[in-house]
Amino acid sequence: MISTGTRSKIEAEMERYPQKRGALLPALYLVQAEHGYVSSDTVRELAEIMGLHPVEVMEVVTFYNLFFDRPQPRHHASVCTNLPCSLRGARVLLAQLEEHVGSKVGEPTDDGRLVLGHEECLGACAFAPMMRVDDAYHEDLDLEHAKSILDALE
Amino acid sequence: MLKVPHVTSYLTEHFAEDAFGTLAGYEKKGGYAAARKALTEMAPGDVIELVKASGLQGRGGAGFNTGLKWSFMPADSDVPKYLVCNADESEPGSFKDRILLERSPHQLLEGILIAAYAVGACTTFIYIRGEYSFPADQVERAVAEAYDQGHLGPNVLGSGFRHDVVVHRGAGAYICGEETGLLESLEGKKGQPRKKPPFPAQVGAFGMPTTVNNVETFCHVPYIVNRGAEWFRGFGTEASPGTTLFGVSGHVVKPGLFELPLGTPLSEIVFEHAGGIAGGRKVKGVIPGGMSMPILPAGQLDVPMANESLRERGTMLGTGGIMVMDETTCMVRVGCVISYFFRDESCGQCTQCREGTGWLNKIMNRIERGAGQSEDLGVLLDIAAKMEGQTICAFADAAAWPVQGLLRHFRADFEEHVRLGRCPFTASFEL
Ligand SMILES: Cc1cc2nc3c(=O)[nH]c(=O)nc-3n(C[C@H](O)[C@H](O)[C@H](O)COP(=O)(O)O)c2cc1C
Ligand code: SF4
Repeated sequence: MISTGTRSKIEAEMERYPQKRGALLPALYLVQAEHGYVSSDTVRELAEIMGLHPVEVMEVVTFYNLFFDRPQPRHHASVCTNLPCSLRGARVLLAQLEEHVGSKVGEPTDDGRLVLGHEECLGACAFAPMMRVDDAYHEDLDLEHAKSILDALE
Repeated sequence: MLKVPHVTSYLTEHFAEDAFGTLAGYEKKGGYAAARKALTEMAPGDVIELVKASGLQGRGGAGFNTGLKWSFMPADSDVPKYLVCNADESEPGSFKDRILLERSPHQLLEGILIAAYAVGACTTFIYIRGEYSFPADQVERAVAEAYDQGHLGPNVLGSGFRHDVVVHRGAGAYICGEETGLLESLEGKKGQPRKKPPFPAQVGAFGMPTTVNNVETFCHVPYIVNRGAEWFRGFGTEASPGTTLFGVSGHVVKPGLFELPLGTPLSEIVFEHAGGIAGGRKVKGVIPGGMSMPILPAGQLDVPMANESLRERGTMLGTGGIMVMDETTCMVRVGCVISYFFRDESCGQCTQCREGTGWLNKIMNRIERGAGQSEDLGVLLDIAAKMEGQTICAFADAAAWPVQGLLRHFRADFEEHVRLGRCPFTASFEL
């Protein structure tokens, strides 16, 4: 269920756009902040609030990388593997981190703590290699530093 | 870490000072004087003429004349008109907009105000890529400050001009940087680019006339208003005036951001400003303008970094993202990384793009694995040629050009893989 608090924030977002539908991305962020992902029930509920068809919400959830349609591990740690980062050892780093956490890219750790991923360019090319952990950037990484960042995640 | 350019000019002069990011600190350096001048002393048409005369070209990749773009907006319509700031920055090799958002959000807002006044826009949407959480927080903070001080809202700077700004966060899709993909996304849809015409100046955001400009483009505008078109033309070349932010990454000693005049030779940027190649190795190739732009070989780095000269070498300035590769680099691996990106990010609307990006990547991988055949090189070029100029947006061209560039200048790397049945570059970066 979308809480009444989130619901009123969504309604406030809808006021900011010339057409209510413009608020769909902000609304999905709000829903995801509350539930951790966007379930099919939430899709229907949100569609109702915004006066949209559920499929109009669902196709947006699946189009964008930052929306999730299923429960997620507590943390996402993604290493950029695009060219500028790869030139500075990002793929080697990622393989070492897979070994360190004992899980491959895309496979959550057994305790649901963390999933490793790779990302396309995140705009940190001069500070490579880098990884994005949840909302924060960590740049100019070496293996030890990267490991310590992951180990500190609860 | 403080993100300050290694070389600065007018745009980034005060970036080392944290206070420059606040409204008070920005005004202390003369901030918002240009907006005051434009909104109270100039007619909208004069602002457009001034920016036209300055020769400012868009810094989002295509290099279109900014004043000319503004003049396409209908002057005498009674429907709402919108301005959009493209802060989706996702072109691999580019990080300049991020630094501008983080270090100088008020500089951006001032440029936006002047542009909004010139085109008669009531609202600006700043579309920031979803991964840029910290930069977006900075912009939101600056917007709140500006409303608080009456720099935004019903009576901007006491001029009687009304303007609102909405900060809109994207959600992870490269294609939303393409201006009509962005508009779709802003409207709450999948970011699939629109057919043009109609162009955004006729039918843009929410069906209304809209101008889309890049973050850096807006940031130059206050300086042009304050100091004049002639002053601006004192930087750069005749056809490409001003400075720009070159982002240098890859195998250099001192990667980073460099504010330099357009037309600065690529070799000067790589070898002087960025300190040359790390480890005393030699350079092999340089991508001059973000990943969509064809690579240049070591022998062509004398080229001035401006569109008129880069075009003669078969490439373009793009976003000024310079990626440097040393002599150990396997150019087939480079092709694998690039083609994977485009395969992953195609929005899938056009057959040539959806299928072509997949095939380019498959064939690149096959050559790298040592399973390539001699016909493969021709097939790559054939696919690339069929993707160019055939699709709804320029993404397919952007996917084709780097492949053409690699085969134009580094064909021998590809032939060597096919001949040996393996990758001969044992010291190259790992895939
Ligand atoms: C595939 C693709 C991706 C693009 N990505 C961006 C981007 O991330 N940021 C940007 O400012 N322009 C991007 N552009 C260019 C925009 O479509 C548009 O031309 C630009 O924002 C206009 O601003 P300007 O005239 O100030 O350069 C992209 C274009 C294409 C074809
Ligand atoms: S060229 Fe590619 S990215 Fe652009 S609209 Fe067509 S399929 Fe989508």
